[in-house]
Amino acid sequence: MDDHMRLRIAKRIAKELPENSIVNLGIGIPTLVTDFIPEGKGILLHSENGFIGLGAAPAAGEEDPNLVNAGGQAATLVPGGCCFDSSMSFAIIRGGHLDYTVLGALEVDEEGNLANYTIPGKFVPGIGGAMDLSVGAKNVVIAMEHVSKHGEPKIVKKCSLPLTAPRQVNLIVTEMAFIRVTPEGLVLEEIAEDTTVEEVVKKTGAELIIPEKLGRF
Amino acid sequence: MKPVKTPQQAAENIKDGASVMIGGFISCGRPSEVLEALFEKGVKDLTIISNDTSKEETGIIKLVLAGRVSKFIGSYIGMNRIMGEKMKSGEVKVELVPQGTFVERVRAAGAGLGGVLTPTGLGTAIAEGKEVMTIEGKKYLLEKPLRADFAIVRANKADKYGNAFAAGSSKNFNVAMAMAADTVILETEEIVEPGQLDPEKVTFPCVFIDTLVPVAKAVMGRN
Repeated sequence: MDDHMRLRIAKRIAKELPENSIVNLGIGIPTLVTDFIPEGKGILLHSENGFIGLGAAPAAGEEDPNLVNAGGQAATLVPGGCCFDSSMSFAIIRGGHLDYTVLGALEVDEEGNLANYTIPGKFVPGIGGAMDLSVGAKNVVIAMEHVSKHGEPKIVKKCSLPLTAPRQVNLIVTEMAFIRVTPEGLVLEEIAEDTTVEEVVKKTGAELIIPEKLGRF
Repeated sequence: MKPVKTPQQAAENIKDGASVMIGGFISCGRPSEVLEALFEKGVKDLTIISNDTSKEETGIIKLVLAGRVSKFIGSYIGMNRIMGEKMKSGEVKVELVPQGTFVERVRAAGAGLGGVLTPTGLGTAIAEGKEVMTIEGKKYLLEKPLRADFAIVRANKADKYGNAFAAGSSKNFNVAMAMAADTVILETEEIVEPGQLDPEKVTFPCVFIDTLVPVAKAVMGRN
């Protein structure tokens, strides 16, 4: 997927974040959301390795080895940020004090089940903070490509990969669609400006509920 | 007052078969010089307990490549390919734990608790073989305490009693690990007299620290 599409996903998710919310962004497309968060809304980014108030990357030569983001790269702290240890960081996550987490996914299904940490036999990077984030955050937003590299749907009827967490996903945003997970099923609330409902349905492996009034993004 | 040792002296009592906690998140707040001494010493059959395996050229992976690690317990091994390969080949037994569960199991061991009840991992492979308990109508997974023979942790500044300060995001797992091992070795970039460390800026109270090891200042991305 090209950068334009990745940025489209990030931009749409940024619009969803309410004022004064505490947000954790995962690695990959979720990280791109940072660039679209408007200033002055009081939104603070939580970094699971131990701080709230993640700022922009530092200028070359200004890196502080004692402050990195969750990917291990040099980071900065915004004014009003604060630092803590990992136990406190995960108390924030697990204790329901984190408003939003934005994560990537390998598969998401109709029940809001999420698989994003392993492909058995192929890909075993580990779990990191993904299980705690998806269980603990008040809102779990998935940012991902609509289909896999091989063109297979990533939004499926039932996840086939090992689950990161059952029934925790609230929103799925891809380059094609904005989908809300509800007790009734997946509701297609918006489609991208360059696609059609038919195209979205064709590339989705799960049942979609299509309301009369459909938004565009 | 706590003994001040060289990395070699600090590593002296770490013998074959020991379990060793290593603080740090990737390169940040990651001990290095005692790990290097451990490598030089040739100690083997180690159980390493650390959030991640950091980068390929650094401490834990050096030990792994030399065949000194029999088990690794942590949350993430994706920073390099080595551990994944050793896991697949069966050379190193790997236990993956969700990061929040990992730190809380360590903290539980250090805090005298018999375990942690967490919703994390319910309905996933992590729950296999573990007890599920219902408390006030909500389900939780019982996760047991995780302790070690040794912990190697890191701070920026310590006084001679072992009170220590770790800046920014370098506190990470160092704090919980300092509570959870029989012997705790603190790598510190600076050692000061009692009274020279602001008591309001103590990240680790001195009670947890057994040995101080003065080390060089951290360099971005190195450890």
